[in-house]
Amino acid sequence: MSFIKSLSGTQLDALKEIGNIGSGHAATALSMMLDRKVEMSIPSVRVVDFNEMMELVGGPETLIVAVFLRIEGDAPGNMFFVLSPEEANAFVKQLTGTTSFSIADIDEMSASALQEMGNILAGSYLSALSDFINVLLQPSVPILSIDMAGAILAEGLYELSHVSDYAIIIDTLIDDHSQDNRPIQGHFFLLPDPDSFSKIFNNLGVQPQ
Amino acid sequence: MKTVTGQVVKVGIADLKFAKSPDILRTSGLGSCVGVVIYDQGLKMAGMAHVMLPESKQAKKTNQNMYKYADTAIPILIEALIKDGARKFALKAKLAGGAQMFSFTSKNDMLRVGERNIQAVKDQLEIYRIPIISEDISGNSGRTIEFSLETCLLNVRTVSKGATNI
Repeated sequence: MSFIKSLSGTQLDALKEIGNIGSGHAATALSMMLDRKVEMSIPSVRVVDFNEMMELVGGPETLIVAVFLRIEGDAPGNMFFVLSPEEANAFVKQLTGTTSFSIADIDEMSASALQEMGNILAGSYLSALSDFINVLLQPSVPILSIDMAGAILAEGLYELSHVSDYAIIIDTLIDDHSQDNRPIQGHFFLLPDPDSFSKIFNNLGVQPQ
Repeated sequence: MKTVTGQVVKVGIADLKFAKSPDILRTSGLGSCVGVVIYDQGLKMAGMAHVMLPESKQAKKTNQNMYKYADTAIPILIEALIKDGARKFALKAKLAGGAQMFSFTSKNDMLRVGERNIQAVKDQLEIYRIPIISEDISGNSGRTIEFSLETCLLNVRTVSKGATNI
């Protein structure tokens, strides 16, 4: 079919390591923001079709809170940090101390808090990545969007959809281990543009096959 | 042509399905994508496409999913309906989607993909002389649409504005 289907084990490992390094730094940043321990899962690299990608966050109609960034530079791509409304809610409460907050009718302060979280997390993820792969990555201003998963995530597939019906997703889950059983769990989705893969593999010295 | 029987026929991204009364055709989470329903009200049969991109010419590789593009999905939709007995003169269309989910300045043309999808869909319908009965397009919210074969109404639901029938 396409390059996506022919990734070697070494290449998959390299992509996993990218997720590992990026989200490790992001977890540290989140930990500092919330002043508590934050853990992350072992990243998974998934090759999914577009519909499967929506299922990862609960289906295309699921309401999600997403911070979207376009990455420009040597290895362009798209990045999402995805939270469920409950998780976003818990986060805003922790950060701003507000008690009356609802995602449906979000106020400026809460929106700004979420956007800033996305900014810090994505920024630390990308700067770690940029050092690791030795490429220049410039993130756009993050955009907060609260809407159906299908509508939001499909925007990040635009570049890919010209060449493929599959996406490579580097997915990491971070978990803040709060004691009140309301952990903040967020998904990082990194979606490199199709042409960025060869650049990434070259710089990491990973040969095809 | 495959006709799925059952309650709700789900149409995925870059997908296309057909149904007959009393079924319902549904596609969820339309952002910049456009959902197109083409139907024959008298015979209560319809097809729905979830179009992702305007033109198949943009494809950088061959062997593509033809359901992904407006200029290939719509001819497939129309021809399959006619082959299955729909009357060309009776075919009508309803559409929804083509939103701009993010508004930021970027060099690439991702920005206007919703708008271009709408235009490409309309161009195709114009070629086949199929009238657009109703539409809920543009804006900046995601939409879920359901087309009832019984009533030929298109139910459009958004997170912020609830549901309306068009």
